[in-house]
Amino acid sequence: MTAARRASVLTPLVLAGCLYVLMLVHRPGVAGAPGPLFWGLVVALWLASIVALSGLSNLRLKSRPADRLASLAVPILFGAFLFFLWEVIVVGAGVPSVLMPAPSAIARRFAASMPVLRDDFIQTFVKSVLTGYAMGCGAGFVVAILADRVPFLRRGLLPLGNFVSALPVIGIAPIMVMWFGFDWPSKAAVVVVMTFFPMLVNTVAGLTAAGRIERDLMQSYAAGYWTTLLKLRLPVALPFIFNALKINSTLALIGAIVAEFFGTPTVGMGFRISIEVARMSLDMVWAEIALAAIAGSAFYGAVALIERGATFWHPSYRT
Amino acid sequence: MTTEAAAIPGLKARRASFRPWEGNTLPVLVIVLAIVGLWYAAALAMNWRGTADAFERAGEARSAPEIALATMGQERPMLPAPHQIVFELKKTVIDTPTTSRRSLVYHAWVTLSSTLVGFGLGTALGIVLAVLVVHVKTLERSLMPWVISSQTIPILAIAPIIIVVLGSIGVTGLLPKSIISAYLCFFPITIGMVKGLNSPDPMQRDLMRTYSASQAQTLWRLRLPASLPYLFAGLKVAVAISLVGAIVGELPTGAQAGLGARLLAGSYYGQTIQIWAALFGAAILASLLVATVGLVERLVNRSMGARTA
Repeated sequence: MTAARRASVLTPLVLAGCLYVLMLVHRPGVAGAPGPLFWGLVVALWLASIVALSGLSNLRLKSRPADRLASLAVPILFGAFLFFLWEVIVVGAGVPSVLMPAPSAIARRFAASMPVLRDDFIQTFVKSVLTGYAMGCGAGFVVAILADRVPFLRRGLLPLGNFVSALPVIGIAPIMVMWFGFDWPSKAAVVVVMTFFPMLVNTVAGLTAAGRIERDLMQSYAAGYWTTLLKLRLPVALPFIFNALKINSTLALIGAIVAEFFGTPTVGMGFRISIEVARMSLDMVWAEIALAAIAGSAFYGAVALIERGATFWHPSYRT
Repeated sequence: MTTEAAAIPGLKARRASFRPWEGNTLPVLVIVLAIVGLWYAAALAMNWRGTADAFERAGEARSAPEIALATMGQERPMLPAPHQIVFELKKTVIDTPTTSRRSLVYHAWVTLSSTLVGFGLGTALGIVLAVLVVHVKTLERSLMPWVISSQTIPILAIAPIIIVVLGSIGVTGLLPKSIISAYLCFFPITIGMVKGLNSPDPMQRDLMRTYSASQAQTLWRLRLPASLPYLFAGLKVAVAISLVGAIVGELPTGAQAGLGARLLAGSYYGQTIQIWAALFGAAILASLLVATVGLVERLVNRSMGARTA
């Protein structure tokens, strides 16, 4: 029980100490030139937070919700402390914002340039990523069904698909820009190519996942190809398909952003990143990255949520 | 995009069986041939307008077959025919001395060197992180969620920042690109290694305990050997994305050298054949890297006395 007591005493103390230091560091006299006492306090907080976190993560709680809460709190506190260190070191040591802006400066910039960020988000995420994602995943799925029907096609396509997924597919971006112009269709085309092969390979693998006994059962029901596909093989393949959908959600955003490095109209997340880096306004670049991070995690989270709803029967979700 | 793909599966199939009609060789070959055929047809269709226009501007009247032939030999085609790319590859790889800036080997070497340094850094970081995560529970519960959720973020987007920030404190050249590669490729290694280090079942761990083996001994004698298959699976993924990181890392610097620079320069000047050649160069490099990791895996397995399944 000592670990729990240590954690329950130390965690509020560390939190209060961090807030105090945050207030301290933004005072005009302290920012940029704090004394050794200040850094001593930061190091002490650091050590205390390590003890507190290890206490928290070794907690054994009786009730299940409390345990869930603790296992959620540990990474959140850890992440918050990293941001705290970033802020304190950057502001305290007076790191020039050309090198590394403080999180508070990034947040201010984010809030101040909402309209620009919204336009970039619509251009890159809504137009390029979502369109390309839907088309690439859809095409991969259809070709996988086709390849599953025609064994010759499957034996030919599967090695190729595996091979292509190891290639730097992103390199086709300049070609797509040349073919489809500067606007979003060229980015969507890159996303289509990048998402197609993971979907193809995973779906084909998923379609073979149904067991022999289940298939025999379907046959003894006199179920035809389509009934077996819809009632047995596709549901069994769902975990594989969602795996591809999750991989693709990240790939799609990367593809769209990197493709914009090769030429865009004057809007878009990749365009903004490359132009603001050249102008050395790194707080805007970080704001854009924060947007990309939020969009990426939200996209991934949405797919994961749908997966939970669609594959509730799967052993990994049963409790 | 896929014609170069014949190299690896073809090789594997030739080694594995002497009956090509039973393995995947024949289907793969047929599909590759179909893709090449489609490619020629697409090149014909996509280059037709430009070729016909060029003849018209020159005031020459040509018949349709002549235009069709000319679509295969354009200097800046919309889609170069496969043989044009092969000739360009031969010209820039074999005919040009490797020290020249026009040589693809020179650019491939620039990219390869930062790929390998980044791959080495990322592998070391990934393994150390995995060993720490397995042994320190605090890290497992606080760091692992962040490592995993960091992958839902388009990490490549921060490549320009790394290049510019390191450049402004005087670090340029190979290292910034390698850091991007390392940052990209540590993840599959960490995930795979954590899984692998935890893969020995409780009975084997109990046996180590009855030998009164220390944690370090358990790590060296049991956990690390058991994690090797997972490690190599991670390494294969990591080496491929390490190359992607190096290529993308070459884009924001204005691209002095490297395969990414060739792509960017090609897109600036509309040199489509150069882009395609660089793309094929990158594909060949990627397949060589993955094949090398596979070879090392086989050698390590053999020297450790693993039975092939």
